[in-house]
Amino acid sequence: MGEMYVSGSAKHDVRIVDFDLQFACPANQSLLRGMERVAARAIPVGCRNGGCGVCKIEVLSGSYEKGRMSRACVSAEEEENGVALACKVFPQGDLTVRVLGKMGRKLAPAHTPAAR
Amino acid sequence: MGMSGVLRPGHAAIKVLDLDEAVHFYTNVLGMLETGRDSFGRVYFKAWDERDHNSLVLRQSDRAGLDFFGFKVRDEASLDKLESNLRAWGISTERVAAGEMLATGERVRFESPSGHLLELYAEKKHVGTPMGNRNPDPWPQGLKGIAPIRMDHSFLAGGDVAKTEKLFTEVLDFYVTERILLDDGVTSAAVFLSCSTKSHDIAFGLHPEPGRLHHVSYRLESWEQVLRAADIMSMNKVSIDIAPTRHGVTRGATVYAFDPSGNRFETFSGGYETYPDAEPIEWTFEEMGSAVFFHERNVDPLFFETTT
Repeated sequence: MGEMYVSGSAKHDVRIVDFDLQFACPANQSLLRGMERVAARAIPVGCRNGGCGVCKIEVLSGSYEKGRMSRACVSAEEEENGVALACKVFPQGDLTVRVLGKMGRKLAPAHTPAAR
Repeated sequence: MGMSGVLRPGHAAIKVLDLDEAVHFYTNVLGMLETGRDSFGRVYFKAWDERDHNSLVLRQSDRAGLDFFGFKVRDEASLDKLESNLRAWGISTERVAAGEMLATGERVRFESPSGHLLELYAEKKHVGTPMGNRNPDPWPQGLKGIAPIRMDHSFLAGGDVAKTEKLFTEVLDFYVTERILLDDGVTSAAVFLSCSTKSHDIAFGLHPEPGRLHHVSYRLESWEQVLRAADIMSMNKVSIDIAPTRHGVTRGATVYAFDPSGNRFETFSGGYETYPDAEPIEWTFEEMGSAVFFHERNVDPLFFETTT
């Protein structure tokens, strides 16, 4: 592990189902950061620090390391079942994930002119 | 102006996912001064120009978000009167013993209709500024990081903004400075309230979940300081939400970013001075983008959805 973090060169393919999006993500970068680097918007970007939950995903296949996430966003049971926050998922192999999001875009119509 | 009743925002108590990491961030990057630690493991901070013992309290938790937000009132008589008025208005209150928070007197705690735990208190130990009160320098040398002058306000997100506004204006004697309307032209999506001559001391916005923290804001003295704050954030790889810009609401200059646990904070300067007799400023639904970010003239729904 240490070696991988030092070199930072190992990259894994991340596929986001329902979005026809695939990108290479370095093992030492979060899946969310990897997505932001290719300027994609499939997963909503919130705090990037494991606290707000807007980037919630389900990992359908592949191995990954996890960082610390707020229990208000991901329950222990969810975490056991592959649910995580993309900002705290570090790919250790090719991953296939599905976007859950905390609330999707439900707020958009009621809250902003941009959503019209 | 004879200030009575509620004086100002006094403390924000915040949950963090890793206390050591948070203490490092709030000390070295935001540049608050640590003033103590209590038997519960909570860590207390103040900004350099604040005179009371604390304005920020961090607590280790398995989740991020707000524990409670407190306002300082003029004196014990005001505290008793405001508690009695809250109860008469139908809000239950409880007393938290003096000393439960370090250097802080008895607190009156209640839940707002928006689902936030709020507090009033009259006493907090005067520890002063590093410059002292006699022939003081204008600012202390050796500050770290962004070094705001004070904890300025908070924006809290939750349900029933309308009833929360009534509570603040009818019971706590705040006045509305600005509001942003929904597309029905009547309902407030957000309301900005002052108990002083500041453009806001607290704000509330609609959110489907109660009791959410949108941000705690820290005051800087100039636009240049806001730009410098964003520089320091990027030097320290802080997760920046909104790069330096101006709000239509309050006309303040701003940067939004997240602490290491994902709690949003703002470093803010400017904002006009106002008085309780001013008619509220209204922003229509169509101009919500300009109200929030005057240069972009657009606001991503995620700005409202992202809370802790």
